[in-house]
Amino acid sequence: MDKFTQHSGVVLPLDRPNVDTDAIIPKQYLKSVKRAGFGPNLFDDWRYLDPGDPSIDNASRRVNPDFVLNSPDYAGATILLGQENFGCGSSREHAVWALTDYGIRAVIAPSFADIFFNNSFKNGLLPIVLSETEITKIFSEERKYKQNQQRYTLNIDLAAESVTTPNGDSYHFEIDQFRKYRMLNGLDDIGLTLQHRAEIKTYEERHKREEPWLFSN
Amino acid sequence: MIKAKTLYDKLWEAHTVRQEDDGSTLLYIDRQFLHEVTSPQAFEGLRMAGRKPWRASASLAVPDHNVPTTDREAGITDPVAKIQVETLDNNAAEFGITEFKMGDIRQGIVHVIGPEQGATLPGMTIVCGDSHTSTHGALGALAFGIGTSEVEHVLATQCLVQKKSKSMLVRINGSVGSGVTGKDIVLAIIGKIGTAGGTGYAIEFAGEAIEELSIEGRMTVCNMAIEAGARAGMVGVDQKTIEFVKNGDVGRAYAPSAEQYRDEQWSRAVEVWQQLHSDIGAEFDALVELDGVDIDPQVSWGTSPEMVVSIGDRVPDPQAETDLIKRNGMERALIYMGLEGGTKINEIAIDKVFVGSCTNSRIEDLRAAAAVAKGRHKADRVKQVLVVPGSGLIKQQAEDEGLDKIFLAAGFEWRDPGCSMCLAMNADRLEPEERCASTSNRNFESRQGQGSRTHLVSPAMAVAAAVTGHFVDVRELMRGVK
Ligand code: SF4
Repeated sequence: MDKFTQHSGVVLPLDRPNVDTDAIIPKQYLKSVKRAGFGPNLFDDWRYLDPGDPSIDNASRRVNPDFVLNSPDYAGATILLGQENFGCGSSREHAVWALTDYGIRAVIAPSFADIFFNNSFKNGLLPIVLSETEITKIFSEERKYKQNQQRYTLNIDLAAESVTTPNGDSYHFEIDQFRKYRMLNGLDDIGLTLQHRAEIKTYEERHKREEPWLFSN
Repeated sequence: MIKAKTLYDKLWEAHTVRQEDDGSTLLYIDRQFLHEVTSPQAFEGLRMAGRKPWRASASLAVPDHNVPTTDREAGITDPVAKIQVETLDNNAAEFGITEFKMGDIRQGIVHVIGPEQGATLPGMTIVCGDSHTSTHGALGALAFGIGTSEVEHVLATQCLVQKKSKSMLVRINGSVGSGVTGKDIVLAIIGKIGTAGGTGYAIEFAGEAIEELSIEGRMTVCNMAIEAGARAGMVGVDQKTIEFVKNGDVGRAYAPSAEQYRDEQWSRAVEVWQQLHSDIGAEFDALVELDGVDIDPQVSWGTSPEMVVSIGDRVPDPQAETDLIKRNGMERALIYMGLEGGTKINEIAIDKVFVGSCTNSRIEDLRAAAAVAKGRHKADRVKQVLVVPGSGLIKQQAEDEGLDKIFLAAGFEWRDPGCSMCLAMNADRLEPEERCASTSNRNFESRQGQGSRTHLVSPAMAVAAAVTGHFVDVRELMRGVK
């Protein structure tokens, strides 16, 4: 997993609540057997005017010019700014893979759905919770920048647990210390668990002695 | 005195390998089920890291989401779905994991085949990359859905890092009337507590009505615990659980074998299983109670399982809702569903019917469906009635009992096992604006096909709608009143 220490990037504003994982990546794309390659279909239903399918070349589809992802102003954006309950719905991790494959490194929102939040950390995508007031402020600042045809970038410092705006305003966010440590060091969960290999073995042997029928196949 | 424990406490403690100061626990997993949609990237991860499964025999793989339910001999025609199923075949072979392939009679929906094979046992921790894994809790197990990275984590370490949830007891006092099923009970619960009512909790279902349910009926209830927001649903072990493991209608190859019934291992297992219930006086963080007599057959009217009423009711009127956010949600749902507030539920006409899914595709469900279908025929306005058994063995058993003949005589279609129109990843799907009486578990927008309109009901209620062309109280049909 990639380390996440500091990141500066252009903000992609998505000003709607309850963005569900089906909207992030529709079910017809779940047939893939890879972790990569979902980026071109991120937000597929909103991004294109005609229905999509893995067998259809996106180049032949009608792009929705009103959707923020299609605006040249946001090309190369890496920080998604969202609203409450981001990532609700089905447990598909493909939603996180679609975001990271597109190039998103962090999502900032007032709240996240549980499984999406967990899945993010496992893929080096940093979900940041800020208060509704702070989020509203960032949304409106971003709009002003856009009106002046300037790109709005945020700077995220994971070690300092802060998000800094171009004006120099800094917002603090909370993060579970163990998760922070793993993100900062790019540590993989499996590797960490395997450090307890001996303990797992000991448990397993006892469990097998006590309830051998659980191991019958 | 020893502190009284909940079933959840007992299952959790028995599987704790180690616990950190912040409460995060390394939990040992006894069984992992794998299917084709959420496993390929987990195997890819293992391969890239050069890792092997910790204990390959703890896993059992089966394709179900993407498999066709007709013309199996022709193979899978959708090339992308085909690759996904073949990838599962190859991964299972490469990593030494048992798989029930498409042609195998044991193949079926992952949450149906586990208990059927005895691969789901009381006292187990069970995971699968699928939210409806809660189903398996009906046998007194701790079972929950996980993401793909966690699937890989369990393959590699046989453990998961988890924090314990809060506990909720949902008790149904007294019996339910005849014609009222596990599906109606769980829909009524979700109607009462809402789809977020169980968020952060593991739910234990108890009370007379739950005790009186068969194990199949309890699986239906636990299956939909996730629709109430809970991660896990469970029911304590009783004599029915033990009988289920011992003498299924089909052989439970994974359970202690027939010879072992007589030997010491079986009696030891039974001794352990008999402890798997909440102790008297055990404390829960939340308690919800319903009276069985108040529960009628349920029909959902909106785009969330909590939007549900009794068959005798009307579609609620959003104008009567004072909470603005709720009212907006209701209005949006009604527009999507093409319904108006105040409409009587039994005046809603339907286009198609789906009997199947991990909620309601077991033999008991098919028997209930056939009991209503017998001697009747689908109404003219109903375009299609799909009956999709949960596994090949259930299909065979239903045919041995002659249920397929009843369905076919009624103008229904009798299919091969799989998820089918529950999520419409294969060819079985609704057209835009088609209205379906469905025994599945989710009525979300476009769940059964783009623009589809789903009403969640029990199998008996689904068939009652199929033969009359609209929703109707199945108890009237069973009494012979038209
Ligand atoms: S039947 Fe439906 S809910 Fe159950 S596992 Fe299949 S797709 Fe999921």
